[in-house]
Amino acid sequence: MTTFANDSILVLLDTTPDGQLAASSAALVGAASQVGTPVALVVGEGADGAGALGAAQVLHAAAGDGLTVPMVDAVAAAVELVQPEAILISNSIDGRDVAGRLAARLGLSVAVDAVDISRDDQGVVAHHSVYGGAYNVQSATTFGPLLATLRQGAVETRATAAEAQLIPLDVAATQAPAASIDSVEPVVVSSTRPELRSAARVVSGGRGLGSAESFALVESLADALGAAVGASRAAVDAGYVPHALQVGQTGVSVSPQLYIAVGISGAIQHRAGMQTAKTIVAINKDADAPIFDVADFGIVGDLFTVLPQLLEALDAKKG
Amino acid sequence: MKIVVLVKEVPDTWGDRVLNLETGLADRAASEAVLDEIGERAIEVALSYADEHDDAEVVLLSMAPESAAATIRKGLAMGAASAVHIVDEALHGADLSLTSEVLAAALRKAGFDLVITGNQSTDGVAGVLPAMIAERLGIPQLTALTEVTIEAERVSGRRVTDVATMQVSAPLPALVSITEALPDARFPNFKGIMAAKKKPYETWSLADLEIDGERVDVPRSIMTAIAERPPRQAGVKIVDEGDAGQKLADFLRENRLA
Ligand SMILES: Cc1cc2nc3c(=O)[nH]c(=O)nc-3n(C[C@H](O)[C@H](O)[C@H](O)COP(=O)(O)OP(=O)(O)OC[C@H]3O[C@@H](n4cnc5c(N)ncnc54)[C@H](O)[C@@H]3O)c2cc1C
Ligand SMILES: Nc1ncnc2c1ncn2[C@@H]1O[C@H](COP(=O)(O)O)[C@@H](O)[C@H]1O
Repeated sequence: MTTFANDSILVLLDTTPDGQLAASSAALVGAASQVGTPVALVVGEGADGAGALGAAQVLHAAAGDGLTVPMVDAVAAAVELVQPEAILISNSIDGRDVAGRLAARLGLSVAVDAVDISRDDQGVVAHHSVYGGAYNVQSATTFGPLLATLRQGAVETRATAAEAQLIPLDVAATQAPAASIDSVEPVVVSSTRPELRSAARVVSGGRGLGSAESFALVESLADALGAAVGASRAAVDAGYVPHALQVGQTGVSVSPQLYIAVGISGAIQHRAGMQTAKTIVAINKDADAPIFDVADFGIVGDLFTVLPQLLEALDAKKG
Repeated sequence: MKIVVLVKEVPDTWGDRVLNLETGLADRAASEAVLDEIGERAIEVALSYADEHDDAEVVLLSMAPESAAATIRKGLAMGAASAVHIVDEALHGADLSLTSEVLAAALRKAGFDLVITGNQSTDGVAGVLPAMIAERLGIPQLTALTEVTIEAERVSGRRVTDVATMQVSAPLPALVSITEALPDARFPNFKGIMAAKKKPYETWSLADLEIDGERVDVPRSIMTAIAERPPRQAGVKIVDEGDAGQKLADFLRENRLA
């Protein structure tokens, strides 16, 4: 029988519709390696990839029918088998659903949207960045394993690749009713641009761009800097870009080295998703725009003249 | 069809939100309290179904301090038929487990065909309660819907996750959570505001739900440390005199950002 270390940290890895491990996986295993021995769980295809991320033990179970419930059945079986000190799940939409149901089923408390995981003399604790980074909070569970969802792109630690031992997991499916998945279309992700959540540089555009066509200016600047593209809610609502690129309170939270806000007023809900960036640059024609309150370098000017000149200047240097 | 919408009072995101550095709990006095925008959109989904179906009844459910009553009534003014408000001293600082236990018990007591929630609240931003409640009630959940179709026996919709867009469906009873891709809510009109004063408004305690809020034999999430981050300072601000693009390129290069 397989044995598991006392300090096992069970990590559920998300997978994509085409059977790959989701981009969040490396950070999940990395975070687990900071506090214990990572044991990965993959439901469906993709288990072979987990060793390279640093999981020496990889449980795998067949994907069942229906939304969320089969995953919860698998994680519950894995918890029973591994008796982990903590359970880490991606703070993705799917991950949160699994974590929520799992917490309710096993009677665990749940720590959501952790930006880091560490250990103190009492056990494993979760770190959170609250109210748009205005507060740093740590949380723990009064007893039992810590169940936490990990913010995507927040943890930089990577575990050393391991020769993975693949362990099939027996899952007793519960009869809990699940919604049915009637059709699935994979999200097409840009292969050339870095992923928004973990990018070192982000260029975001707002309503000031005026149209989807003009938004190409933001994309050009992003490409010139090797940056990811983001947007304000107003830009998303206007249909310039999909919601997945929204930065802020109800979008993605980013903490890049460089954040450039173009034609974005800097409403408090937008700042909540980007004000922990290392360096903030803002271009806005309104000198009173609140974005300037948090900008390290602010330009009061028309983006339609500043951006082309900037692109040219960056290009000149390269050539 | 009985549709129960879960709504929450939150500190207005337009103001600076404050955490108490001793308890880690939201300082309710520090900001204005409002009905969470995503909850308003959830009410809108229910009301637009009720507009077309006379047999539909929209009930609001919220767990919140007593002072939240005025906020919850706004949902009645929008058009919901009645409200259930769970108030209990023991719920101050309740974690997600206890909150989901309370809301699930209240849903069981109130009865429902469909539960509609927001995908994430703007203060908790947990986004796990919908799944927790569905598990406790033993019903399917359809979360993060950007489109919802409600039918007499079934609910379906489009769900956009980080990796896929999918069509999902379930027979009723079921729970759905919606995203802000769904339309903004209607404004309460004068007639609605007047009518809201006479609508049924029930207040339940933990005793009504037969829940012990102070159990120590179940794990609870606790805050172990809290620190305030110093606010950001503004840096240089220049007005474009025809060379701002060039200056920004220089700034980026000096800081090894380009
Ligand atoms: C509950 C809630 C959650 C929210 N969540 C989010 C969120 O996650 N993310 C988010 O971004 N917002 C969010 N918002 C919305 C937020 O309040 C703002 O409405 C939004 O951020 C505004 O986007 P914007 O800055 O692009 O548009 P605007 O506020 O309209 O600003 C456009 C800016 O462009 C400038 N501009 C126009 N033309 C030019 C030009 N030619 N050159 C230079 N500058 C120009 C203008 O001066 C203006 O400052 C939320 C709101 C609520 C209530
Ligand atoms: N105290 C509460 N009372 C009623 N509904 C709530 C409460 N807290 C959260 N909800 C519902 O659950 C959704 C998700 O909240 P959360 O999991 O806190 O992000 C919210 O949009 C509400 O619909």
